Amino acid sequence: MRPLELRDVKFTYANSSRRALDGVSLDIEKGEFVTLLGANGSGKSTICMLSNGLIPHAVKGRLEGSAKVFGFEVSEHTVSEFATRVGIVFQEPESQLFCMSVEEEVAFGPENLAVPREEIRERVGWALELVGMKGYDDRSPFSLSGGEKQRVAIAAALSMRPEMLVLDEPAYALDPVGRIGLYRVLRELKERHGMTVLLAERDAEEASVFSDRVVLTKEGRVIDSGAPKEMLRDPDRLRSIGVLPPQLSEVASLLGKRLGRSDLNFTGMDEARRTIIELFSTRRTGGAR
Amino acid sequence: MIPRPSSRRPDENFFIVAHDIKYVYEGGIEALKGVNLRIKSGDFIAIVGGNGSGKTTLAKNLIGLLRPTSGSVDVAGNRAEKMTVAELAHFVGYAFQNPDHQLFSGTVEEEVRFGPRNLGMPDAEVSKKADHAIALMGLQNLKSEQPLSLTLGLRRKVSIASVIAMDPQVIILDEPTTGLDAEEIADLMTSIRALNEEGHTLILITHDMRLVAQHAKRVIIMANGRILLDSDPPGAFSDLGLLRSSKLEPPPVTQLAHSLAEFGIPKDIATAEALVESIISARSGRP
Repeated sequence: MRPLELRDVKFTYANSSRRALDGVSLDIEKGEFVTLLGANGSGKSTICMLSNGLIPHAVKGRLEGSAKVFGFEVSEHTVSEFATRVGIVFQEPESQLFCMSVEEEVAFGPENLAVPREEIRERVGWALELVGMKGYDDRSPFSLSGGEKQRVAIAAALSMRPEMLVLDEPAYALDPVGRIGLYRVLRELKERHGMTVLLAERDAEEASVFSDRVVLTKEGRVIDSGAPKEMLRDPDRLRSIGVLPPQLSEVASLLGKRLGRSDLNFTGMDEARRTIIELFSTRRTGGAR
Repeated sequence: MIPRPSSRRPDENFFIVAHDIKYVYEGGIEALKGVNLRIKSGDFIAIVGGNGSGKTTLAKNLIGLLRPTSGSVDVAGNRAEKMTVAELAHFVGYAFQNPDHQLFSGTVEEEVRFGPRNLGMPDAEVSKKADHAIALMGLQNLKSEQPLSLTLGLRRKVSIASVIAMDPQVIILDEPTTGLDAEEIADLMTSIRALNEEGHTLILITHDMRLVAQHAKRVIIMANGRILLDSDPPGAFSDLGLLRSSKLEPPPVTQLAHSLAEFGIPKDIATAEALVESIISARSGRP
């Protein structure tokens, strides 16, 4: 069963006249790391909230089309039915943390499911280790840095042992080193545990390196979807839909224009370095004046 | 009565001077461990650093919202400790990271007029300042909208306009681009540059090194309550180790430039444009 299968989904929030989703079809495959990229208001958060049933159950509005999560229509099942399969993490970790200690916070979900005590302990240890927060069990979540809080929020989602993790701009308030650290954790969850990761972002910098696939959203629609290298190669197009392009795509694009080489395209640092070194060795036969 | 130097005089040497300020929060966390800083009128300064480095605490000490535990701050030639927050607001304005902490009026226009009126400006001047601030932020068509009904990008502009309307010489913007998309950031930064061109001193608190590379004239890197580096933007990008130890991932173009040093690419590259120029000239054999 696919973690997410949207077919011509339309959604209008209860007190809005504008369609937040305007005919979205999108499949997320098991084990995929997908980044939704688009401007504020383009529909990314709506897709996130749909993926665990928050829409239409907790956040009301008019839903049309078919939205299946692990094969189940979201409108026909409750949020708690999806809770063991889909973990969701929002922009602001503060909005999710409420316990006195990190351990209680991470144990909260499985406790509610009446998971045996011994297993809860095991899950908490596992989740905290995965996000690099082992040994923080007794700390108050509120004494932690922004990045640490966000990791605790992810651990709290992980302790439910979900098959898919959905994150709406999780690096929003993090400093650059915190951002990279968070993305590494997510990538590792995919690589080592087969986790499906669905992420919403406005900044394509990390998406270029960490995602298997990039989905571009604009005004409630999916306008394109594919490998990061192809989706992110045109910085002007990204800017036109409100997305901050990766810097290396900007370099490739500018360099291509200057040298008359429309084929120049790189995303990773090593690839960029190799391509540029090649340019140095071919300078006599290259297109430059 | 507070002394009011003409706030736009370019020869005003240092408008803000911080002397060895330390700040300890209740509970004993020492957020500033001795900061010295001199700020010239008209400058465009970026204060960068990771979460918890002391950036916001420093800003709050400059506007009197927090008072240094030790050390002192001079603003416009006066000891800040002798001025109230309201008096300091004539000189230094501060736009919060979360604009919703600031917005409370029924319309954008009322919101922007509130500050100058509160400072006791006559009505005619209030209107003049408010109109100017609204125009600078491009909010002319939204004057009668309710601030909290606007998008985050527009709410942030309203909160900045309401600071500008008080006409402080120095404007501190705390993470103004957080939560904005690419288009909103480009739009906001155009307005912010216009403010600087008008003669306002700008202090931009951020951890987005790409923004710093594009806009700042001076970069102050903070870590652990101290200033680690105070330099022009190229200087701030030449030491990868220092950036990383300050929780500031060097921008990809800077990392790429460093990896191409053996081909004559300078290490202080901070924008895609600068990197491409240096590749083109290195390739054609020019230095």
